[in-house]
Amino acid sequence: MSDEHGSVFDGLLGGDSSQWAFGTDFEDPLAGVDTTTPDGVDPAELAAYCLMLGDDALIMSQRLSEWCSRAPDLEEDIALANMALDLLGQARLLLARAAAADPGVVPALPEGSPVPPEDALAFFRDDRDFRNVRLAEVPNGDFAHVVVRLLLFSTARLALLERLRASRDHVLAAVAGKGVKEVAYHRDWAGRWFLTLAQGTEESHRRLLAALDALWPLRGELVAAHPLERSLAMAGVGVDPAELREEVDAVLDQVLTVSGVPRPGRAPLAGVGGRTGRDGLHTEALSRLLAEMQVVARAHPSGRW
Amino acid sequence: MVTADRPAIARRDAGTPGPRHPSATPRGSEATEVGRRALEVAGQVRDPEMPMLTLTDLGVLRGVEVERDADGEVVVASITPTYTGCPAMATMRDDLVHRLQDAGFDRVEVRVVLDPPWSSDWISERGRAALRAAGLSAPGPAPRRPGPVLLTLGPPRPAPPCPRCGSAATRLTSEFGATACKALYRCTACLEPFEHVKEI
Repeated sequence: MSDEHGSVFDGLLGGDSSQWAFGTDFEDPLAGVDTTTPDGVDPAELAAYCLMLGDDALIMSQRLSEWCSRAPDLEEDIALANMALDLLGQARLLLARAAAADPGVVPALPEGSPVPPEDALAFFRDDRDFRNVRLAEVPNGDFAHVVVRLLLFSTARLALLERLRASRDHVLAAVAGKGVKEVAYHRDWAGRWFLTLAQGTEESHRRLLAALDALWPLRGELVAAHPLERSLAMAGVGVDPAELREEVDAVLDQVLTVSGVPRPGRAPLAGVGGRTGRDGLHTEALSRLLAEMQVVARAHPSGRW
Repeated sequence: MVTADRPAIARRDAGTPGPRHPSATPRGSEATEVGRRALEVAGQVRDPEMPMLTLTDLGVLRGVEVERDADGEVVVASITPTYTGCPAMATMRDDLVHRLQDAGFDRVEVRVVLDPPWSSDWISERGRAALRAAGLSAPGPAPRRPGPVLLTLGPPRPAPPCPRCGSAATRLTSEFGATACKALYRCTACLEPFEHVKEI
């Protein structure tokens, strides 16, 4: 970088867009990307669908990032942080895509606020407006817990993204094309650790089974079709998660068999009055997660980051 | 507002592998002197996290074109992220704008191209040599995956040789490194750790 642009802090002063990356106008993650809503698709439905996939990634990313400095060793700490970053990147594009499809989903902020739409969606929505699966939001447990959660989550997400590459929506197809490569690494990481813990010590085996037992009922939402998902799948834009079930089961059975762990028998966690995370029905854990994640942004709705 | 004469994201048929860019060389309006010079300037911008590579070496710079609107010429540089969450993207955009403006191009626009997704196959031969010279291990061929991605419970790739001593006796320590695009290895011969740019 040349001397005139030498100080990285200059841009933080704001206002002068000739300065460094922060405080400039370079922040739109979809700059230059065609965000036209495909023919025959309701923009509000497309936005809601993007929030489902984006919120899954955002909340899972937040839980993974809570592992920072807490993993058993430095390499796994870095691995968890990297996976959190991949998902945060996916969330950013998906939330930006939701806002571009239907600006009505973006919470109102004070006039002149520089907060971009994807940040407004992440930091200024309440728990009931989040559409993530409940598997993503339950509090972290031990290391076996994050391994099992990531295995269940990434197995379903990879199967979904593989199909989403064929979406008629250009942004969804592009996010999926990239996401497949990233989530394949997440699933491999989780699968390898699952095998390691299963065949490790008596204690690691015991903890793995406990985590599997606790999280198994929560995987149901990942492979159950919400009416909105079915509708967008019919329109060639989304993916019907019910179609993923066979493939997801095959991958999980492969991991369980190699690891010598029996398939849990617990039934999927039911919704309440037919409502699930996809409808904004969450556990209290999401409220606590959001309180921590959103507190600084909400205290400074006109802040420039 | 400048409008492109082609969609920023090229569609492709479902299920078929995306078009592979034949090399890391970005497209450019090389027919004109302005276009040639803009491409040359943009092509020299370095990756902020792996400064031994230019954005051209890395295959992140997809094109530099000169477009015209009512107010005159605009240099449009297209870049693609290596990983979706790559935090270096804002810096790359900013560096491109500043370097082009310093070179006398007043109006510069940076566009993001998300499709086809970046592949480590796009790192140029020169880039691979620069990685090795800096003590990093260059990626092997990226996996081509028609159909569902297979689960890998064993080692993800044949262990790369140590970029320092050349020994084949190396061991994976982590699939994730200091940046999203690198894995960590250790050489059991010279005992040094090293970074390997992952195949994606």
